[in-house]
Amino acid sequence: MTQLVYLVPLFPLIGFLLNGLFWKSMPKKLAGIIGSTAILASFAVSLGIFFEVKNGAAAGQGIVHLFDFITVGNFKIPFAFMVDQLSAMFLLIITGIGFLIHLYSTSYMHDDEGFTKYFAYLNLFVFFMLLLVLGANYVVMFIGWEGVGLASYLLIGFWYKNKEYTNASKKAFVMNRIGDLGFLIGMMLTVYHFGTLSYNDFFAQLQGGIGAQTQNGYMIGSGMTNAIAICFFIGAMGKSAQIPLYTWLPDAMAGPTPVSALIHAATMVTAGIYMIARSNALFNLAPMAQNMIAIIGLATVLLAASIALKQNDIKKVLAYSTVSQLGYMFLALGVGAYVGSLFHVMTHAFFKALLFLGSGSVIHAMSGEQDMRKMGGLGKYMPITKFTFLIGCLAISGFPFFSGFFSKDEILAAAYAKNPMFYYLGLLGAMMTTFYMFRAYFYTFTGNFRGTEEQKHHVHESPATMTIPLIILAILSLVGGLVGLPEVFSHHHLLNEYLSPVVQNFDIHHLDHTMELTLMGIASAIVLIMMYVARVITRKEQFGEAKGLAKVLENKWYVDEIYDFLIVRPLAWKARILNNIVEQKGIDGGVNGLGQLVQWGSTRLKNLQSGQVGSYLFAMVIGIIIIFAIGIFGLLYM
Amino acid sequence: MSLILLLVIPLITGLASFAFRKAQAVKAWALFGSLLTLVVAALSLCGIKEQTHTISYTWLPTLGASFALQGSVTALLMTLLTAIVFPLTLLAQWNKDIEQPHRFYGLMLLAQAGLMGVFLAHDLLLFYFFWELALIPVYFLAGQWGDKDRIKSSFKFFVYTFLGSLLMLGGLIYLYLQTPNGNFDYDTILATGAALPMAVQNTLFVLFFIAFGIKMPIFPLHSWQAGAYEQTLTPVTIVLSALMVKMGLFGVIKWLYPVFPSGTEQFGNIIMILALIGIIYGSMLAIVQKDIKRLIAYSSLAHVGLMIMGIFADTHNASVGVVAQMFNHGITITGLWLVVDMIERRYGTRNMNELGGLAGAAPQMTIALVVITFSSIALPLTNGFVGEFLLFLGIFESTNPNHIIYMAIAGLGIILGAIYMLNMVQKVAYGNKKEMAIADMSMNERLSIYLILAVIIILGVYPNLLLQLL
Repeated sequence: MTQLVYLVPLFPLIGFLLNGLFWKSMPKKLAGIIGSTAILASFAVSLGIFFEVKNGAAAGQGIVHLFDFITVGNFKIPFAFMVDQLSAMFLLIITGIGFLIHLYSTSYMHDDEGFTKYFAYLNLFVFFMLLLVLGANYVVMFIGWEGVGLASYLLIGFWYKNKEYTNASKKAFVMNRIGDLGFLIGMMLTVYHFGTLSYNDFFAQLQGGIGAQTQNGYMIGSGMTNAIAICFFIGAMGKSAQIPLYTWLPDAMAGPTPVSALIHAATMVTAGIYMIARSNALFNLAPMAQNMIAIIGLATVLLAASIALKQNDIKKVLAYSTVSQLGYMFLALGVGAYVGSLFHVMTHAFFKALLFLGSGSVIHAMSGEQDMRKMGGLGKYMPITKFTFLIGCLAISGFPFFSGFFSKDEILAAAYAKNPMFYYLGLLGAMMTTFYMFRAYFYTFTGNFRGTEEQKHHVHESPATMTIPLIILAILSLVGGLVGLPEVFSHHHLLNEYLSPVVQNFDIHHLDHTMELTLMGIASAIVLIMMYVARVITRKEQFGEAKGLAKVLENKWYVDEIYDFLIVRPLAWKARILNNIVEQKGIDGGVNGLGQLVQWGSTRLKNLQSGQVGSYLFAMVIGIIIIFAIGIFGLLYM
Repeated sequence: MSLILLLVIPLITGLASFAFRKAQAVKAWALFGSLLTLVVAALSLCGIKEQTHTISYTWLPTLGASFALQGSVTALLMTLLTAIVFPLTLLAQWNKDIEQPHRFYGLMLLAQAGLMGVFLAHDLLLFYFFWELALIPVYFLAGQWGDKDRIKSSFKFFVYTFLGSLLMLGGLIYLYLQTPNGNFDYDTILATGAALPMAVQNTLFVLFFIAFGIKMPIFPLHSWQAGAYEQTLTPVTIVLSALMVKMGLFGVIKWLYPVFPSGTEQFGNIIMILALIGIIYGSMLAIVQKDIKRLIAYSSLAHVGLMIMGIFADTHNASVGVVAQMFNHGITITGLWLVVDMIERRYGTRNMNELGGLAGAAPQMTIALVVITFSSIALPLTNGFVGEFLLFLGIFESTNPNHIIYMAIAGLGIILGAIYMLNMVQKVAYGNKKEMAIADMSMNERLSIYLILAVIIILGVYPNLLLQLL
């Protein structure tokens, strides 16, 4: 089965090509079938691979070499895949949730004129995402990395007539490029010191630890490993929307909602976590980078969660929530809880995809309305959406025994073991999470309807192709946590055991059971309290003009405005100065001035410019041709 | 023999073009000639095994100049690029009416002959001769056809290159006089140049470098570029930007870098800094342009800057990257110009602020524009990636003490590149400003563009096809 891994990305590629090349003549129904079947087929193969790697196969064994991508002398970069527990886990998430979202999209996008294009792009995304997680070296990862950026760009700007949307797509690509430069420099550093970009070679050399010699004769030092790790993390900041490169993600909500679910919640944005978990051998030797990751992750948790408190667009709430949850995953990576981080990647994929698709179902029913101030009381019209959305809210809040409870608890426990301060701040984030999610839930599904009569008349439950994915994801959000039960409840942390050949937690002190239970208790109590608070506040809140801190939060701490002031505008005026003054007056002006000076002194040149260039050149051509003729003659002569 | 054919076919078909009177006939003839050249160029590259093919005939024995040609891999790749670009351009421009077509196509093919000669010449005088042979038809092409300000821009182009040629000629004569028996032969030039005293080498290096630097162009010798690109007809713009740029780079690789090692050592760092400035400067200027052609002109300044840095990084990866990028840049920028020309012909403007909505009106053209744009910003799996990747790597590995900083600053180009290219796509293709119905690509345009897209993707997915030659 491992050898057939190329099939996994091949199916979506075929789907992309079919829908992409024949978009003109493709009937909608067929386009949807092709797009969805391709992912389903990939999922089937992924399942086979998963069961194979689950029982055995040590780390680094499953290399599938496809062809040599770049060969320069001894420096070789193969186009090779790495099939192991970590990549298999991501394959399942990508193709599994990917399929559900494709299925959902067949209904959601049904009336869109760009239906075929949509499925082509979506398959293209899945293709690149699979390359990203399958690559056996950083270059293949980078291909997928930039490729998903392309797909994301195309899908955010899917409705290309709207300038705001295409601005958002451009912003996403450019901000990702900033991160990509970090990734690129990290790769350069790696090649320079280690002479390789393949995971196995690289990690094998890192086995020696600080002080060991690399293949290229360098001594591994913490300066070097920290530098490489920080460069990689800069790449991760872009793709996984961490401070300071997160502002593209909320804007990316311009894309169709299923796209937000798949790309901007469940899969692509977790690429940064995958990258760091994959490179755990490196990050374990880079304590400074780890601290940086933990702190930036935590800061992102708090910043994004605080913004989500006051957003009124349902997708914006979910977007900031995604940024915030990604922050938790980075916090976990930073404290060495790799498994906890990956666990949260998985549960988050379930409940965040569920929440986004749920919001899509609402938006669909509300004929495109995303403002929660105009919703309310939708629960009685769309019970399945309401119920599944509630499960999503409970899961993300970490309500006891829902999936998010276990994964978030694992992260917070590890954070506590590292530094209790991390735990308290993390808990503050969790409080805000519960509040903003239930605020969204109550605003949307309970109370009185606040939209227009026409909208009210139109509200309906979504068709089965949309509700079935919701139900499946709700079940997963409910039970997904069972793969990672904490030690208090079970001696088998299934995910930990499964991933152990590739990724192991690093330097984590285990808390004793009483402590762990106490932390859990505190977290659970907080969830319940915050749910109640949200209930009370949503009943009372008037949608008046926000003041003070609320206004700052509503305006996202003015981060976009600050970037605009500090970076975007200075760049623009610097470019204008260069163009209008340095280029036109300086360099070109100087040349022109020189020309005029010569012209002024020389009448001959004046003649040249007044149209006589032609005759002069003609004489030159004739001269040259004569020389050449002599040459030809010489050729014949000998 | 095939090397001679690469020169003779364009020369003869070019001269013969002047005799035609019917526009369609001369187009067909030129296309036929350029396809013939393409076949020969492809065969010569395929035929190359381990050893490079060199031929030499007596030419001007009294001067010690011989008609020597060498088909090294780099040279043959450049001739292949030249041979690919011409028929694709002719094909895409098939329906465009050009005044005095027989003269236009004749001059185009003569320029092609000159370009072939520049890449193949293995004798310094012959090199200089072809250098001029390539330039002169282009002066005419730039001066007689094009937009209304062409006289001014082509004059500037002329003065610049004329100055460069003059300096090169001076250097060439001096160098020639230093050779033991008055000889222009490459190996002799190589030995003579390296043996010269440092100060002399440095002076000669500067003379040659200015000539080459103007062609590339390198900052700050670039001010002819944007005007010349903007004002010329698209086929001429393509010759200037896809091919003549490579003359300068190729000149440095073959006739400067190895000939004056002391000069290279002395000025290598300064040139890298100038190239680096060019990357940032060109990218910044590209951001504020309104005319698409000017935007691409400045983006080319940035792209070429990276290649120049690669040459002077003096590492194996960089030198392979340079050649790969020279080839790929030629393909990509040709595609870009052709699409821009299609847009201009349909909308009657190149001003991005007046454009918009191409995606709705002409989806195929938009797809082409987007793919070529992403190739231009070096997205992996397009041809633009591998060259830039190897260049960055090569610059990083350089022994220059500032290598990491250079690479990091050069890397800013990939961010700025994304900004201006995506701005362009947004303004041209998205929105719904121009709701006017235009024809999507015609048959001939599609054929040409699809071939370019095929090269972009094939060399992007399997770059070893190119790299294994180097």
